[in-house]
Amino acid sequence: MMRRSSPTFRCLLRGATSGSSCEARRSVTYMPRPGDGSPRQVTLIPGDGIGPLVTGAVRQVMEAMHAPVFFETYEVHGDMTTVPTEVIESIRRNKVCLKGGLATPVGGGVSSLNVQLRKELDLYASLVHCFNLPGLPTRHENVDIVVIRENTEGEYSGLEHEVVPGVVESLKVMTKFCSERIAKYAFEYAYLNNRKKVTAVHKANIMKLADGLFLESCREVATKYPGIKYNEIIVDNCCMQLVSKPEQFDVMVTPNLYGNLVANTAAGIAGGTGVMPGGNVGQDHAVFEQGASAGNVGNEKLVEQKKANPVALLLSSSMMLRHLQFPSFADRLETAVKRVIAEGKYRTKDLGGSSMTEEVVDAVIANLD
Amino acid sequence: MALRRLVQRTLLNHSSSRLYPALGQSFSTDTSPSEPIRATLFPGDGIGPEIAESVKKVFNVAQIPIEWEEHFVGDKVDPRTESFLTWESLESVRRNRVGLKGPMATPIGKGHRSLNLTLRKELGLYANVRPCYSLPGYKTRYDNVNLVTIRENTEGEYSGLEHQVVRGVVESLKIITRQASLRVAEYAFHYAKANGRQRVSAIHKANIMRKTDGLFLKCCREVAEKYPEITYEEVIIDNCCMMLVRNPSLFDVLVMPNLYGDIISDLCAGLIGGLGLTPSCNIGEHGIALAEAVHGSAPDIAGKNLANPTALLLSSVMMLRHLNLNDKADQIHNAILNTISEGKYRTVDLGGSSSTTDFTKAVCDHL
Repeated sequence: MMRRSSPTFRCLLRGATSGSSCEARRSVTYMPRPGDGSPRQVTLIPGDGIGPLVTGAVRQVMEAMHAPVFFETYEVHGDMTTVPTEVIESIRRNKVCLKGGLATPVGGGVSSLNVQLRKELDLYASLVHCFNLPGLPTRHENVDIVVIRENTEGEYSGLEHEVVPGVVESLKVMTKFCSERIAKYAFEYAYLNNRKKVTAVHKANIMKLADGLFLESCREVATKYPGIKYNEIIVDNCCMQLVSKPEQFDVMVTPNLYGNLVANTAAGIAGGTGVMPGGNVGQDHAVFEQGASAGNVGNEKLVEQKKANPVALLLSSSMMLRHLQFPSFADRLETAVKRVIAEGKYRTKDLGGSSMTEEVVDAVIANLD
Repeated sequence: MALRRLVQRTLLNHSSSRLYPALGQSFSTDTSPSEPIRATLFPGDGIGPEIAESVKKVFNVAQIPIEWEEHFVGDKVDPRTESFLTWESLESVRRNRVGLKGPMATPIGKGHRSLNLTLRKELGLYANVRPCYSLPGYKTRYDNVNLVTIRENTEGEYSGLEHQVVRGVVESLKIITRQASLRVAEYAFHYAKANGRQRVSAIHKANIMRKTDGLFLKCCREVAEKYPEITYEEVIIDNCCMMLVRNPSLFDVLVMPNLYGDIISDLCAGLIGGLGLTPSCNIGEHGIALAEAVHGSAPDIAGKNLANPTALLLSSVMMLRHLNLNDKADQIHNAILNTISEGKYRTVDLGGSSSTTDFTKAVCDHL
């Protein structure tokens, strides 16, 4: 079996487990390294819109837990042309970052800062874990999907030009290198987290060369993991199946654009943007943010009335704690959040309640063991 | 600079002169209801012939003045069209201007174009319209769906222009033109107005693909100004997916480029119960409308009288509306809805046990 032995990689993957038990728990142990347990510095980017509100919530909860994490805050806003160099330096130094959303102006001028950050740090995998939270009723049951999306190339290359007035071309670039590494990440993730099936999402019946290359890489990697089932599904059929029978999906690996759509659809059926955790993972760095729709920073009403939902960022920060190898803190945080949701008394508007962010945060702090 | 503006204006005049004189006839075929209208029928493969029979029977009982011209897909490639569809079939659609198509299985092999591609290119089918509404009586997880997806059908990501740059690096081109975007936007707003819809939403990803989807949005905005009574909004596609699965009643008419349209229209079909219940219609140049059933040909149940003709029946209703035979269309539409909501006659895929003929008879009885 091919196994990556770098500890960062392994604990990144373990970090994304939801904490629920599975039948055959393989014992993945890690060797405590010197310096474990000592406080770690993490870059914090509050962002725009509801960003400062929810990152403030995370800060409060971390303090209440006395988590050995301290934040280095940097202001970045969506209308800046590039991410400032000191922020990138800080992330390279700390290796881990927690981020609120950065708004992207539509249609002109500045390129999306979220995308820039991912390209700069080569965060090649974007992970969104969509699952039903106990106590939160949704239309679909038994949803437990992890969407692993290639994060650097594909349709988001940003290579466009106007051929003649009125005709515009955009290039979608797919390389074997990137397709292979995302396929390897997906299968390794599935292997280490006891997942049974990996599904590749594509449109190779139309885009034969581009998505064909992606599928080829997935198939090659699949042969090295005989214990994990592998199948392929066309993206339009996939969306249809997600809406009618989501329990058939386990881990999904997709190129860039389809991954965006599939992740948002899966997040929507499992509870919404407000609750799904996610992260962007690279070889050396990791940036954790709310799972789906990182560019969605809410509207002004949410900011004024302070009714944004902090659950997504709280669950992402628990993923971050696992990544930093503080599993006990991560477990405490997750159990507290799940208890608050299951109780149902303090829920923000998108989950059907009417609480303010503060109230949810206080409830989480109160529920910490 | 002046030269560029001149070129732009010429293009605009060129495209608008192609649209406006034809406006009266380009979107619906005006025909007098007294003389029979000829329509082309492609029954298709697999379950196609059975469900085409259902349609013919229902139209007979409802006394619709339509004369069918049936064409079958042969098994020899016609060199004039490079596909299994003969030149005569295509000429028939061009002449009649309306058609109904059942499911066709594309034969595997080389040396011919796929059937759908042939139809699209030869007839200039530029917009695919799919109304999705919850069928009363057939319960899915979503009860309040009532939206229409209009998808640009000729360009975008499906241009088929790909090449390998070097080993291991592949490029695929996505093309958006002003002309095609204007065309589909015009149709979308016209459809919204003609069917009493309040809102048109353009779905895009212009925060990332700013020039291509930006051009699409610009065209939609231009057309929106001409229809001030219809609300126009723009929604980013990931937000749109999220909103669709949480609350589909937020959307009314959706207009999108090719790839997003493909995904969103299938997603909406999934919301209401699958492709077996979804009607669809392709609109082409000079007012051609080809209604079709988008499900597969289901060779495993072919010939067993088990197929569900709902999709083809609803598509034929769309065809009638295009022909402005609205009261007949409503009659058949209500008959179908009543049959399904009653629940007594349902085909196997809807959870019942009726055969195709029983279901058809029930629809005829409800007329």
